[in-house]
Amino acid sequence: MLLGSNICYAIDPAIPLAASCAACHGPQGNSMGVTPTLAALNQDYFIQRMQGFKDGSVPSTVMHHHAKGLTNDEISALASYFAAQPRRTPTPLPHQTFQGAQ
Amino acid sequence: MREFPQHNLSAASRRQFVRAVIYGGLAFAGLPAFGRASRPPLGHVVVIGAGFAGLTAAKYLRDWSGGNIAVTLVEPNSQFVSCPQSNLVLGGSKTLDDLSFSYQTARKRHGINWVKDSAIAIDVQNRQLQLSRGTLAYDKLILAPGVDFDYSHIPGMAIPVADIPHAWKAGKQTLQLRQQLESMPDGGNFVMTIPRGPYRCPPGPYERACQVAHYFKQAKPRSKVIILDANPDITSKKGLFLQSFKNQYDGLIEYHNNSEIILLDPVKKTVKTDFEQVQADVLNVIPPQLAGKIAQSAGLNNVDQRWCEVDFVTYASSAHPDIHIIGDSISAGLPKSAHMATSQAKICAAAIVDMLAGQSPNPLPVFANTCYSFVDDKQAIHVANVYRYDAQKKTMVSAEGGGVSLQASVQEGDFAQAWAQNIWTDTLN
Ligand code: HEC
Repeated sequence: MLLGSNICYAIDPAIPLAASCAACHGPQGNSMGVTPTLAALNQDYFIQRMQGFKDGSVPSTVMHHHAKGLTNDEISALASYFAAQPRRTPTPLPHQTFQGAQ
Repeated sequence: MREFPQHNLSAASRRQFVRAVIYGGLAFAGLPAFGRASRPPLGHVVVIGAGFAGLTAAKYLRDWSGGNIAVTLVEPNSQFVSCPQSNLVLGGSKTLDDLSFSYQTARKRHGINWVKDSAIAIDVQNRQLQLSRGTLAYDKLILAPGVDFDYSHIPGMAIPVADIPHAWKAGKQTLQLRQQLESMPDGGNFVMTIPRGPYRCPPGPYERACQVAHYFKQAKPRSKVIILDANPDITSKKGLFLQSFKNQYDGLIEYHNNSEIILLDPVKKTVKTDFEQVQADVLNVIPPQLAGKIAQSAGLNNVDQRWCEVDFVTYASSAHPDIHIIGDSISAGLPKSAHMATSQAKICAAAIVDMLAGQSPNPLPVFANTCYSFVDDKQAIHVANVYRYDAQKKTMVSAEGGGVSLQASVQEGDFAQAWAQNIWTDTLN
């Protein structure tokens, strides 16, 4: 919803934004590797970490470059999105023998 | 200002979505492989190209429409081969098998109609796609064809030459280049030419230089990597790459800027620039690039006759509103990266779901992008930014606070590996 208007989206804008975190944090925040899983994280903890990345009080290799670019509204929307995602044990994607394309 | 609901967004959006569903008609032409029984209410989207961009768009269109949009993917290749990490095959720490995946999981899990074929032409008036075997009707078309190579302006090498690979799409040429490096005598020169930007994966050539030097350091320490860069300077992560060139690969890598090819002799393997003539033992020409062939065939490459102009709210082509273009083919001041391609694909998918449901797409899309590069077999560096739509400038602008790593590290190498696993899973699972 946009404040002050009647526009209603089929897809809430927070969903594609959260989906762009999947490259590092896995689909719906369920991570395959050493990057932390975001699915089912407590909202307050999530927000506190993100604010910490922003002001430098939580050390990070890369997250400060993302957190600083997001508004507080976006961060709280992301916190509620990820809090609502179920934690799953991700199945590793099977590799295949290279078949010689291109 | 936007207000986000403070509850389960996916459930909420599903409820909203069901309210929004419009039972419109669906045009399905010709191909017998499609279940005619399923006539989804919202329309039929055809996606061309099952790389990071196309596959992501197809998957998220299915998921976010709750299966209410039929999606057909057209792709000639039988498996997915990841370009990210393919430079590590040259360095020797990965094999192409590590980077190859089946399309089966994504296809079955998300109910994507799969057509193993090539798109030949688009009949824009009738919304029909011509394939090499048949035709396909669409309500919306998404092009994700990646890049095409343009050899025509390389003096002395106006067509591809069999033993001078580009290896700029992961596959056979990656293996060929690795084999050439393996059979090169110690003391030889690996010469790589970089075209003027924009090209796919801005930091890719410099990562490649590091990977080849990493191999030389162990196996052929008297050999050299010579980079002939047509650009005035290193185009991405400059300080970090210079650190590696100096600290890790001193004497192994020579970087020459402003070095456009004046004449290339493909038989002698010499390259002449404004400054010098260089003799290669192994020659790797990364050719100038432009939007994929199918985009060219429909005249959608309307920026410098190379790239496609799109609206960054929907990724609709400025030439044809029913055709959306995502990934490396579009014109944008944005890096042509895999993460960027998937981020664009998701915005495009959400916008198409909104539009087919009779609603307006989000006018202010926001997304994240990161490119990791490996400087050896274990250490990596990143560049990371959030991008948001600027309605005045009508483009995606990088938000404040983005940037690069302080230095290469093993810790970031582990995160870069996790990035690959997660983006592969997000795209292919
Ligand atoms: C380039 C990869 C990358 C991207 C993209 C990314 N993250 Fe992260 N994230 C990390 C890494 C790595 C860490 C660990 C801290 C660090 O080193 O930066 C992390 C940590 C976090 C944490 C702290 C988790 C905890 O348990 O401490 C949160 C919250 C988070 N990220 C949220 C997000 C959100 C939301 C997005 C999308 C807007 C996002 N991240 C995008 C890589 C990424």
